[in-house]
Amino acid sequence: MAYQFDFGQVVSGEYGQWILSGLGVTLQISGVSIVLSLVLGTVIAVLRLSKVKPLVWFAASFTEFFRNTPLLVQIFFWYFGSYSVLPESVNQWLYARDFEFACGVIALTFYTAAFIAEEIRSGIFSIPKNQLEASRACGLSFLQAMAYVILPQAFRVIIPPLISQFLNLIKNSSLVMTIGVMDLTYMARQIEAHTFHGFEAFTVSTLIYLTISLIVSLGVNLYNRRVLHVRSR
Amino acid sequence: MHWDIVFRNFDYFLIGAYPKGPLGGLAMTVILAVGGIFGAFWLGLGVGLMRISKKPSLRWPAMTFIEIIRGTPLLMVVFWFYFLAPVVFGHTLPEAESALIALIVFTSAYIAEIVRAGVEALPKGQMEAARGTGLSHFQAMTHIILPQALFNMIPSFVNQFVSLTKDTSLAFIIGVNELTKAATQVNNRTLTAPTEIFITIAVLYFIICYCLTEFSRYLERRINRYQARGR
Repeated sequence: MAYQFDFGQVVSGEYGQWILSGLGVTLQISGVSIVLSLVLGTVIAVLRLSKVKPLVWFAASFTEFFRNTPLLVQIFFWYFGSYSVLPESVNQWLYARDFEFACGVIALTFYTAAFIAEEIRSGIFSIPKNQLEASRACGLSFLQAMAYVILPQAFRVIIPPLISQFLNLIKNSSLVMTIGVMDLTYMARQIEAHTFHGFEAFTVSTLIYLTISLIVSLGVNLYNRRVLHVRSR
Repeated sequence: MHWDIVFRNFDYFLIGAYPKGPLGGLAMTVILAVGGIFGAFWLGLGVGLMRISKKPSLRWPAMTFIEIIRGTPLLMVVFWFYFLAPVVFGHTLPEAESALIALIVFTSAYIAEIVRAGVEALPKGQMEAARGTGLSHFQAMTHIILPQALFNMIPSFVNQFVSLTKDTSLAFIIGVNELTKAATQVNNRTLTAPTEIFITIAVLYFIICYCLTEFSRYLERRINRYQARGR
């Protein structure tokens, strides 16, 4: 049986629309999760560096647990198992909205936040310790010193690894298709099921993911050269 | 809470239906991870060495391969090997084989980058001195550069193994009988204890991955101490 290639069918008409709407969902779920995971990751990193022992333990176990379990299992946990853990009001609120999308966002946020917290922590460690001591001596509180002195400097160094975590998040977002979020991968799979033109559908969606990755890595290289003056090899 | 469901199915999570049926569960996860890292090491070593070669005919294909794989979600790679094998070979591959090949190809791109970083981190004088004593480029690589570089890279390899262990869960999507599939099967059959089941599965993965992460940190400290002593 010879295989007939037919890219036209996949990129135009109804199936082209599917690919586009899938790309839209991928960008949407990634965008929301990027913002939330950055916030959560920063909070966890600051908790981990604080002097309060229970907070440090909480932050450390948070990062270790979410980094060392597969994202897919976490997605299934939130999708199938969150019902009996979350309070009733939160469940009602989630069910009233797009439940699959919300579970995808929660899973991606928690998973990526654990990695982001580690990147931020190592960035903060790269700032000399006497910076914190000096700002505390000036009369700033721990949180003020973090917010005005340490974090602004640290973020400059953290930005490239942070962006590569965001890129991982975009790639990882393909897993939410397993709980029925209609993202790019879901649509490619759907077109494969409808037309048996899997080759074309997967090529097109792979190219879209590749384009996103290449644009972002070019941006990071530019930032490294212009701002950090590091030559990328 | 229905923890009894978890206890009754615990052997199914660990080895699947093994003595009476096919091997599955955690045992299959470990097989995929170990087989995957073994294949990915050799493929990644080859690609990594091509990547640092001076010959453009070797360097460019390796670079293209690494960039494409690293820019693509693993799930896409898994689908590529699963749905496109019939187009290329004329017949479908069994799920486990196809997942294993996808994991090997995907991980090898990351191993190649680790190999490149390890070789480039060695002082240039090592290669020059080796060539100066009359070794060929190939001999210098296999006897002088790689033994040192690979030794320094052991912690990175272990970290990559942790990622791979987590990644094996994606094999479930094309229907391989491994730990995540066992969990969804038990969940679909019982329907009353999803929270307990998925917490158990997460803890099983966590135990493996956390021990490996700690092992990698321990190795890193040992290697740093060893190198500090050498200077």
